[in-house]
Amino acid sequence: MKIRPSYVVGLLALLALPFLIRGFVPASEKYYLHLLIQILLWSFVYTGWSLMGRFGLTSFGHGAFTGIGAYITVMLWNFAGLTPLIGIPVAVLTAVAAGLMVGYPCFNLRITGHYFALLTLAFTEFVRLCIVGFRNWTGGSLGTQPRRYGDGISLYAVQFEPDRLLAYFIALALWLVGLFIWHRVDRSMDRYALDAASQDEDAAASVGIDVTRAKLKITAISSGMCAFGGAMYGQYQMYIGPETVAGLGLSLAMVFACIAGGIGVLFGPTFGALFTQLLSETLRILIQGSTWLKANFGSNALVLDQAIYGLLLILFIIYMPKGILGTLQHKLGKRG
Amino acid sequence: MDCSLDIFFVEALLNGVLLAGLLALLALGLNLIFGVIDVTWICYAELVMVGMYGFFWLTKAMGGPNLPVWMFVLAGLFAILVVALAGALLHVLVIRPVLDQAPINQLLVTGGVLFVLQASATLAFGIDFKNIGVHMGSLRTGDMSFSWSKILTFGVSLVAMLVMWLFLTRTYIGTAIRAIAQDRQIMPLMGVDARKVYVVTSGIGGALAGLAASLMVFQYDIYPQVGLQFGPLLFMICVLGGLGNMLGGFVAAFVMAQFIAVGSSCLQTEWGYAVAFLFFMVVIFIRPQGLFGVRS
Repeated sequence: MKIRPSYVVGLLALLALPFLIRGFVPASEKYYLHLLIQILLWSFVYTGWSLMGRFGLTSFGHGAFTGIGAYITVMLWNFAGLTPLIGIPVAVLTAVAAGLMVGYPCFNLRITGHYFALLTLAFTEFVRLCIVGFRNWTGGSLGTQPRRYGDGISLYAVQFEPDRLLAYFIALALWLVGLFIWHRVDRSMDRYALDAASQDEDAAASVGIDVTRAKLKITAISSGMCAFGGAMYGQYQMYIGPETVAGLGLSLAMVFACIAGGIGVLFGPTFGALFTQLLSETLRILIQGSTWLKANFGSNALVLDQAIYGLLLILFIIYMPKGILGTLQHKLGKRG
Repeated sequence: MDCSLDIFFVEALLNGVLLAGLLALLALGLNLIFGVIDVTWICYAELVMVGMYGFFWLTKAMGGPNLPVWMFVLAGLFAILVVALAGALLHVLVIRPVLDQAPINQLLVTGGVLFVLQASATLAFGIDFKNIGVHMGSLRTGDMSFSWSKILTFGVSLVAMLVMWLFLTRTYIGTAIRAIAQDRQIMPLMGVDARKVYVVTSGIGGALAGLAASLMVFQYDIYPQVGLQFGPLLFMICVLGGLGNMLGGFVAAFVMAQFIAVGSSCLQTEWGYAVAFLFFMVVIFIRPQGLFGVRS
């Protein structure tokens, strides 16, 4: 990996950021760190999604992987007393196995486009329904909490929520790993194979590309990343619910963020996460500050961000299908 | 909770048949759109939600639940009109600009519409459950009971599907719609204005959603997320029947409805759905073109 000076500066800035926050706005340190952690954790998950999305494998099923990751980890911890140090790998492997089980027939039968999207949608719903259905363990649609261990900071229980600074660095490390995986995939032979397959599967197969194998590989990486991200999100939030770590809404949010940011670009999904999180935070603050909105819509005004997401999603696909970063890169690349 | 071959099992089976009528009607609209325009409206269930709120709003505006029958018919016509208009608008404003893009983008763009519609409904009506407040009672035979609203829904759905079939086979525009569905490239050369056919089809698809909505308000509560309750199921039915295959969708609706009705009565509602989705995935892996689809 070529180390660009801009990357080093950026990384140093990110390492210094929490201390700058502590220095300048100590009163709302927790809030800002929470916002950054959310952005980083979701960036990791979205980057995982984009690994498949960029090759035309538009999945609505990744909410299932985050859900499997978070729920299996917490269930093993709460009911079997198994440390997430083992639980998370088990959850990730389960998600990868599930991804391969859904993926193999799909790729073998060349299910793509609409059919792939709708099939993975069924898979997401199936997992969400299972989570709700096992309500004696999972708490049903109300969700559940991982059992707190000691004072809430423990390597054994992989709990770190009270120490926001620690959580920030964990999320940052995770995010960097995600970017590294993306980069490795981008530089691999499989990337060219998958690019070719997404253009014309028959032609790709005819020059000796094992399309199914390449797709399965990327599915395993992508589902594993999402499961790991889901598990870490659950450990950080100390709460998991079928709508917050699984389900169709989350899957759609992944798709939207990646499209807004740009699917085929390294920082696209990160930018998407940044953009969506900041958008909802800004709107939340605007709504809280606006007496007119509160008087007219009350707490319902909180869904304004959803309306704006939807509208932007439409506009992005019509006018900017490459996403914000993708379009920027394209324009800059033309000039330079 | 237990499952044995008794009178309740028969009741569940028959309720499944009644549910299938409604699902078949919903699937018909979606299949029509897919077959003709080759676009999946992922927000189809949300259009139904718009129709339900339209119906609810008009009946409330006319003075609450105790209304003569013709007023309910009026509210139904209003809902059909509103959603038909919404369908045509959806096509012109959102689908038409992306018709040349990858199919998946057309699906995603309607995902954006889904967000907008849900949020708008929340802003306009709030998140609490609404009900038009009409109780039709039930038909009792032996130990079984079937609510009249379900029977009404079933009957109207069947009639509507019959009318649609006559429309598609006996009228000029219906024939043009079927022709476009068969060959999208050739028909414009034969003098059929594809753009017009697309708008009309979208309007009809919307009207079917509006009709389904006017029937559903008698059975279900109305809330902004109601579309997520049956939307995914609807796509499963369409894919199972072969996207665009209207007859296949009809049969698939009956299959899936049985899973849900019997599963819900034997186990719990979620498990009925979960089993139906599992069945769907297994079938697709065996027959990727759907139960009745033709492999292209």
